[in-house]
Amino acid sequence: MRQITLHRLQSIMRECAGENEDAQPLADAANRTFEELGYDSLALLETQSRIHREFGVALPDEAVVTSSTPQAIVDHVNGLVNAR
Amino acid sequence: MTTAVVTGLGVAAPNGLGHERFWSATLRGESGIGPVRRFDASRYPSRLAGEVPEFDPDEHLPKRLIPQTDRMTQLALAAADWALTDAGVQPGTYDTEQMGVSTAGASGGLEFGQRELDNLWGKGPQHVSVYMSFAWFYAVNSGQISIRHAMRGPAGVFVGDQAGGLDAVAQARRNIRKGLRLVMSGGADSSLCPYGWVSRMSGTQLSTRDDPNRAYLPFDVDAHGHVPGEGGAILVVEDADSARSRGARAYGEIAGYGASFDAAPRHGGQPGLRRAAEVALADAGLEPADIGVVFADGSGSTEQDGVEAATITSVFGAGAVPVTVPKTMTGRMNSGGAPVDLACALLALRDGVIPPTINVRTVDPAYEIDLVTGTPRRWKPKAALVLARGTGGFNSAMVLRAAG
Repeated sequence: MRQITLHRLQSIMRECAGENEDAQPLADAANRTFEELGYDSLALLETQSRIHREFGVALPDEAVVTSSTPQAIVDHVNGLVNAR
Repeated sequence: MTTAVVTGLGVAAPNGLGHERFWSATLRGESGIGPVRRFDASRYPSRLAGEVPEFDPDEHLPKRLIPQTDRMTQLALAAADWALTDAGVQPGTYDTEQMGVSTAGASGGLEFGQRELDNLWGKGPQHVSVYMSFAWFYAVNSGQISIRHAMRGPAGVFVGDQAGGLDAVAQARRNIRKGLRLVMSGGADSSLCPYGWVSRMSGTQLSTRDDPNRAYLPFDVDAHGHVPGEGGAILVVEDADSARSRGARAYGEIAGYGASFDAAPRHGGQPGLRRAAEVALADAGLEPADIGVVFADGSGSTEQDGVEAATITSVFGAGAVPVTVPKTMTGRMNSGGAPVDLACALLALRDGVIPPTINVRTVDPAYEIDLVTGTPRRWKPKAALVLARGTGGFNSAMVLRAAG
């Protein structure tokens, strides 16, 4: 089962929603909120859809909010992947 | 009454990015028309366009904005940035509620829209970008400019093909009169994609020639339709007193505006362009003799050229006013066309020179118009009249003059 990494999450977000505001590696910003990184709710909606397509897991809407962080998303996705 | 002036210009045109580069290319008669490169047009009956080849959105916009914008929005956002810089407006110059946006859009972002519709039918709904929810809307350029520059006053869009570009600026003036200090206005379009191409083919007369110098010849005996272009202009429209008190230079005043609508051909009736022009003159408090140049719509189709020439001669007299169509260097940019003409008119006021109409060799003598062909012409700046017509019966006219 393939797991998501911060690096892969960054590639997905860069492709579907553009680079974050400081072009900072997500590995260094794993616990900053998406809002701080300059991503809005639509960017996260798009990310949620890409993750679903690539990893086959559906993140609940309440997990995909601008107050969440890259690390929280990675953990949530991998939790769902492992539970399958 | 409150006066609305233009204090900043942002032009993204096929023959030049930025108003000074555009203007110098225009005065040199440099064309941006060539074979379509944004998609494979080789099997379509029309294969020429005015594209903005050197525009790379990565150089002009934050990366976050690129996946969520059609090319027309990228052009509009860059033009808006340049216009604000040109006007010397900074964040904080005005309160956010004192600034608004009024742009025109003729087709929306069809390149973006087509790509996502392809995804929908080819791969399924999960593959459609969430930004499809707004990126191809008519109003998206106004929305994105408003968000990017925190302009929280009234924002809206006018949809009237070429004419919409003047209607939007007229709305900017209306909102200045209602108390706004600054309105970003104008328009930009692109839609150089199969969807946009066939839409144009169904609604307007596209030239089917392959020689860029013989394809778009408004008022010529050899007129053969027009060539589409992408791009446009965003203008900073400002309350004259506010602009003066912050020491801003004004290119000119939006002095008059008129609009009319033609009945569908099956109903007959007179073309409304003359009414639009006369209303604009009356609104400016000017006589025809006060106008020193007409920037014509220049449809390039024989019937429409005839209507426009008859309008000009009936208002001004035969050969009584210089007429020009710098669009011959850019193609018709839909909502972006008339705003670029406004920029040309303001620069013509500034520099005392009328830009030329290129490629036209023999003006149909029946038109009795004094078309400025080949090279620029000096003039003693007076007021300028800009005409614009849109597919479906839209006619608009705007008078500009030096700021008092």
